[in-house]
Amino acid sequence: MEMDKMGVVTTFLHNIVVYNIPLLYGTTGEIIVEKSGSLNLGVEGIMAVGAIFGYIVGCYANSLGVGILTSFVAGALCGLLFAMLTVSLQANQNITGLTLTTFGLGVYFFVGNGVKAVNWPAMADYANIKNGFADIALPGLSQIPLLGRGLFSHNILVYLGVVIALGMWWYLNRTQTGLRLRAVGENPAAADSVGINVKRYQYLHICLGCGIMGIGGYYMALNMSGSFNSSCWINGYGWIAVALVIFANWNPALAIVGTFVFGFFNTLRVSGSSLALAFPEGLGWLSSVPTQLYQALPFLITAVVLVISSIRKKKDGGQPASLGLNYFREER
Amino acid sequence: MKRKLLTFVMAMAMVLGLASCGGGGTTSTDGSQSTTGSASSTGTSTAQNTDFKVGAIYINKKSDTAGYTYAHHTGITTAMEALGLDTNTQLVIVDEVAEDDNAVGAAVDTLVGEGCNIIFGISFGYINAMDQKAQEYPDVIFSHATGYKSNETNFNNYFGRIYQARYLAGIAAGMKSLETGNNNIGYVTAYGTEYAETCSGINGFTLGVQSVNPDATVYVKELGAWADEVNESAFAKELIDSFGCGVIAQHCDSAQPQIAAADAGVFGCGYNSDMTADAPTAHLTAPIWNWNVYYQKAIETAMNCTPDQFVTEMGGGAYYGGLAEGFVDISPLTENCAPNTQAVIDAVRELIVSGEWDVFSGVKLSYDIAEDGTVTINKTDAPLVTSERDEVKDDVVVVPANTEIVPAGGASVEDGVITGTMNYFVDGVKVV
Repeated sequence: MEMDKMGVVTTFLHNIVVYNIPLLYGTTGEIIVEKSGSLNLGVEGIMAVGAIFGYIVGCYANSLGVGILTSFVAGALCGLLFAMLTVSLQANQNITGLTLTTFGLGVYFFVGNGVKAVNWPAMADYANIKNGFADIALPGLSQIPLLGRGLFSHNILVYLGVVIALGMWWYLNRTQTGLRLRAVGENPAAADSVGINVKRYQYLHICLGCGIMGIGGYYMALNMSGSFNSSCWINGYGWIAVALVIFANWNPALAIVGTFVFGFFNTLRVSGSSLALAFPEGLGWLSSVPTQLYQALPFLITAVVLVISSIRKKKDGGQPASLGLNYFREER
Repeated sequence: MKRKLLTFVMAMAMVLGLASCGGGGTTSTDGSQSTTGSASSTGTSTAQNTDFKVGAIYINKKSDTAGYTYAHHTGITTAMEALGLDTNTQLVIVDEVAEDDNAVGAAVDTLVGEGCNIIFGISFGYINAMDQKAQEYPDVIFSHATGYKSNETNFNNYFGRIYQARYLAGIAAGMKSLETGNNNIGYVTAYGTEYAETCSGINGFTLGVQSVNPDATVYVKELGAWADEVNESAFAKELIDSFGCGVIAQHCDSAQPQIAAADAGVFGCGYNSDMTADAPTAHLTAPIWNWNVYYQKAIETAMNCTPDQFVTEMGGGAYYGGLAEGFVDISPLTENCAPNTQAVIDAVRELIVSGEWDVFSGVKLSYDIAEDGTVTINKTDAPLVTSERDEVKDDVVVVPANTEIVPAGGASVEDGVITGTMNYFVDGVKVV
């Protein structure tokens, strides 16, 4: 069978974006949380909660905007729970985060199964959601051969994810509150001593970050056309996002690059055989790679990234100095 | 201090508030206490309806609303209701049991302790534990889905000739490919030749397609996992976008491949349940299981015999029902199907149900459709040949390309091969 060479490459690029944008949301959100000094391992659960509430409420309201807002609020509420437990009650952050994952997945299935038993909203019945999630070709850019349709013809949540990531980069690096937030993450005692309300900063940014994760979950719900089954929509994206934070060196702009690099390997599993057939000379070997290796690839890459980034710990590394440590004012 | 107390109270209120949402819901008696004692149930020869207890071991949650466990759970409850048994008091379930001998053994001990007379295990990996426990508890009947082990008395296995339903779905897909003129058909599958179940399904479907459209190719893409919803969607899109497939068939749990087909404006055949609601503009038909057919027969038999007679009463250690028993079928054809599809399928169904012909034989079918829609089936002797791919396992070619499995006119491949050892694809399949 004759393969459309350009078409295969374009589809490959398109799929990289379509199936990996949740990573960008998760990573951006987690960067904001970590910049406040909190290590939140509950990304997977928070995305699941954002997904299920965003989808159901968005459908009943027949509004993409309401869905996005609901998923943000649902994620932020999970963040509030995390903040109460770790910031105010000084609970161990790792344990709290892991608990939040279990909890979030539980809520996901509980709410999902409950609604399904009554009346599950099918995405196709809600025109505003369905059309709102349709691809929008960026004028001009989408006409670029090969790359155009692959990179610049996507649904609005893809663009929103990129805008949020860039906005968060600007916020962290170019605004006064961003500077203060970084100070809280580096040394909360010092920040406290110059009059920054550490707890308020931590609460707000944990909620903000978790809210962004929630939108990522909602994206996944829509990408799966809201078809609720026995497996979760999020499917491990949350865990990869935690690793991508390190890959991106706690920089939301780099998270965009990280998502794309990671998505490249993730999507090879889907498109490998097509690429092999379209370019038998150069890429023919892709089809002889066993499925199991493709399945393991994202996690192998994660391991490699962690090794590399821990070796090259340089001075300007983005990891907040007091990441993972609870700040207890009275112990100063 | 006051503020800390307030925060604590808030946190507790929130946790409790959420936790209170978690209770309730499930009604069936969950065998949660672990009993280590010996079998308390005594196999009375004719158990009273009200005494009879059914035990079930599930791989996923009994509260699932779709998928494999859901299909079995629905089958068991439907069968029990038909037999007048109370599913609240006479059905004991242990769910989310991993394919681990210790876990399955503990689940069996629990169910026996609860007094179950018959225990169903639905997942392939339960096979060894159930085999052992059947010897340990001769007064209890053990019945294992998708396996191949059994004994002479109280342990059998059950599975269905889903390949027959797949063949019929293949006819629908083939008719559609003739109508659209697109000879590329996609197939998203959990596994390929690793499991006879997936392998025979792909082969049955492909033979059905080719009986209608000999020029068609079935492009198979393997997930390497039984449930991977994200890739089920991605793989289907890839088959449509890069391979130009016009019909997407599947052997995986979710309806994602059908939804992808609908989004792309092409067609599809689902699996396990009628997926028309998920993809109304795309779905043609889906091979489906009627597990209740077996469960009703098994429970009814168990209620009327002693445990050591069960296998004899069931007519052997392996129950392998097909279209004839109604154990497998296809969902009603939708309006998306090409004209005359129903007539062809009806004619072939009759041929299979009568036992006159079966899918994996040396006789190929083709059809003449008259102007008035009457269908004549032509039988041609032709060998069953494997695909152009060498089947390799552990770097050894186990089935070379283009091997003749059944000679022209030969009898069907044996049941044991179809359920247990089939490890090759037929001509017309292309793994990508």
